[in-house]
Amino acid sequence: MAALICEVVYRGIFQKNLAARIARGIVLSARKSGRWGIAFGRYGDSPQRNGIPAKDFAIVADSKEELEQNMARYEPKHTDVTIVLDDTLAKGVESWAWYGLQPINRLTVPHGTVLMTSLQSFDELLKDIHKKDAIYTLALVRARASFSGLWVYREDHTEVRILGALARIAPSFLTLDGVGQAIKEIEWGSDLKVESAKKAYGRIETREVKITEGSAEIPFSFGLPKWWEMREGVTIPAIPVGKPKEGGKGYVPERNPYFKKYTSRTMRPVIDFDKCVKCTLCWIQCPDSCFDVMPDGTYDANMEACCGCGVCEAVCPVEQCITMVNESLFEDNASQWEMWRTDKDRYQAWMAGKIGDKVATVRSHGFRFRGQYEQELKRDLDTGGVEITAGIPGENAQHKTV
Amino acid sequence: MAVATKAAPAAAEDKELLISGSEAVAEALTLADLDVVTAYPIRPYDTVMQAIAKKIANGQLVAEYIVAEGEHSQFEIVKHASTVGARVFCGSSGVGWAYAMECLVVTPPLRVPMVCLVGNRALDDPGAFGVEHNDALFVRDLGWMLCWIDSSQEALDTTLIAYRVAEDRRIFLPCAISADGAFLTHSQALTLVPPKEKVDTFLPRYNRGDLLLHPDNPITVAPQANEDWVIEIRRQNDEAMKRASTVIEEAYADFRRVFGRAPDNPWFEEYMTQDAEVVLVGMGTISLPIKVAIREMRAKGKKVGLVRLRWFRPFPTEKLVAALSKAQAIGVIDRDYSMGSPFMSGVVANEIRAAMYNADRRPPLLSFISGLGGREVTLEDVYKATEMCYGAAKAGRSDAKTHWLGVRD
Ligand code: SF4
Ligand code: SF4
Repeated sequence: MAALICEVVYRGIFQKNLAARIARGIVLSARKSGRWGIAFGRYGDSPQRNGIPAKDFAIVADSKEELEQNMARYEPKHTDVTIVLDDTLAKGVESWAWYGLQPINRLTVPHGTVLMTSLQSFDELLKDIHKKDAIYTLALVRARASFSGLWVYREDHTEVRILGALARIAPSFLTLDGVGQAIKEIEWGSDLKVESAKKAYGRIETREVKITEGSAEIPFSFGLPKWWEMREGVTIPAIPVGKPKEGGKGYVPERNPYFKKYTSRTMRPVIDFDKCVKCTLCWIQCPDSCFDVMPDGTYDANMEACCGCGVCEAVCPVEQCITMVNESLFEDNASQWEMWRTDKDRYQAWMAGKIGDKVATVRSHGFRFRGQYEQELKRDLDTGGVEITAGIPGENAQHKTV
Repeated sequence: MAVATKAAPAAAEDKELLISGSEAVAEALTLADLDVVTAYPIRPYDTVMQAIAKKIANGQLVAEYIVAEGEHSQFEIVKHASTVGARVFCGSSGVGWAYAMECLVVTPPLRVPMVCLVGNRALDDPGAFGVEHNDALFVRDLGWMLCWIDSSQEALDTTLIAYRVAEDRRIFLPCAISADGAFLTHSQALTLVPPKEKVDTFLPRYNRGDLLLHPDNPITVAPQANEDWVIEIRRQNDEAMKRASTVIEEAYADFRRVFGRAPDNPWFEEYMTQDAEVVLVGMGTISLPIKVAIREMRAKGKKVGLVRLRWFRPFPTEKLVAALSKAQAIGVIDRDYSMGSPFMSGVVANEIRAAMYNADRRPPLLSFISGLGGREVTLEDVYKATEMCYGAAKAGRSDAKTHWLGVRD
């Protein structure tokens, strides 16, 4: 290997700065061993949108000529290391650039590495990660999805821990010393961060993933038309109108078949249909028109369309009727209403399992109140555990506090 | 008593930074001690504004940063600032550049040495961010100096050179530097940033002299004129553009002397053209896949070379003709279009055709259009173009057609 190609997959806005720092850190660390490098974001992404999966890349090479080979590309066709900054991205990513759903390990080379920050077990993660027809290594840095957005930067050391772990994965490109020197020299450097990088180097957990392991889901994809097949005048057909759900009742709108948005989701709404008073607020306020109207007048959030913004939870007037739950607790996009209709008791039990998990219901879209970060970080540092904190008052806050 | 000689600048070293093309321009502006910059965001140009804003916020640059209400006023403001003696910077992309067109038009006749960055972007519709060169090419007939770059280093160096040339009293014309959206504006590469002392040696203060708008120098700029005056004004500008050829060569030579780098030939980069049978021509970062493809093809015995055009205005006619007429076939890859033009070719292909008209030796010239809207120009695209050029070389004639590469057909 004479070049090391890394992608950094992150959540738009929430992790934009974090990803950029990691990509820069990789190049600057490798520079310490005389390598050349570039760092860039995928231009077709739109990382200014909440939660949308986006990518940065870092490429380092032995010579300028080898680097040029990679600079000539819009984006790498394969990566030696796929860095994933939020484990809900394990389900795959759909870029704003309309590529269909890409498994998180799609670009990872055979015997390459997927390096992820996660508190989940390997087996839990492999329920989400798609199968790959080649062996690769899943490597974990034990951490929650870090929030390092456009306007604030969360100094939780995630960037240096990733760099430290990468020094373990690709020692011929990034030495731990090189990483340490780079961290100190760049703007966000400190001795404490060098220490964190070293710890991550020592604590990284790895597991080889066989071709039989992973989710068997076939990711949705679509072909692109030829120039003469496209309608002229930059015109595309409108989404057709929908139809009643069944028996002339309810209403299910048609949706964009090419852009489904659900990989933008870090949390999803879980709806208690027994509590619903059919007030229509969720249906009206959902910015992505996700709600299908059911024949009984309740509203089912379509999980292929939902981007997990949490608006429905915020507007629902009934206490604990809609609860946002960490996406990693789910394995498919099946209809909740259908599950509820089939067996109401089983649904209640299933729902209790989801919304009763306090860790899962406060997975933050960011900071919900001033001081949240300090609280969480202190608890993390003191105990190594995960602090559970309240949501915004009014958003079922009391039920979310442990 | 002897006249005090200026102390030699301290031998400060270049700093190596990991920065994008846009950030490299901001470094150059800081070194050039920019006075006035106006800003109005459009992707990918906005990356430059952000980088300059950061420089100012960090106290590294003291400059007037004016947020305009649109591209039109943005260019109008710096035009006026320049007439009162300020070193100015501005820029835009795609339709933003188009929206400023009225101001872009008046800048050369008023002899305003504005330096701009065009982050090349496809024109709407469709709304898209990727690179196409048609935006900067809008002003190709109007007295703007135009050049294209292909690395962060070249972005930094060319910005300094552009001020030196534009602000030369023999010229006083605006200069737009074009950087391919994404490939340059958003990609960070290791770049050498020279110390300020060196830049001060290379780049004198802007001196507007007799054209300075100032109470001590009472003048009126841009009075209304009728047919008795206009053609003479155009002729003056034409002469200034002519002189730019000499001044650009001087500037590059001096840059080399001060900074120890800069090409011998400012006008275009020649890559493996010495013995080349087929010479490909392009502008901007399209050089990257072409160079890689050339190395691959040479390994298989095919003698292919690249001429990467840096300066499009003034167009280096004689030098380019001399370089290209040695080839057996020329393949011009345009990242732009010129619909309805001769042979329906791209702008660069037709410029080169025109330039070659009086040449004694005119190799077959093939025209290609590729990479529009930021589409990656692949090695396969380059191989395909080269094969067609070999075909034309063998036949001894061009096919008088334009070939689109990388389009889904
Ligand atoms: S979280 Fe609720 S409001 Fe937001 S997209 Fe999903 S269903 Fe709609
Ligand atoms: S907002 Fe709540 S109560 Fe109102 S329709 Fe939606 S789920 Fe039912």
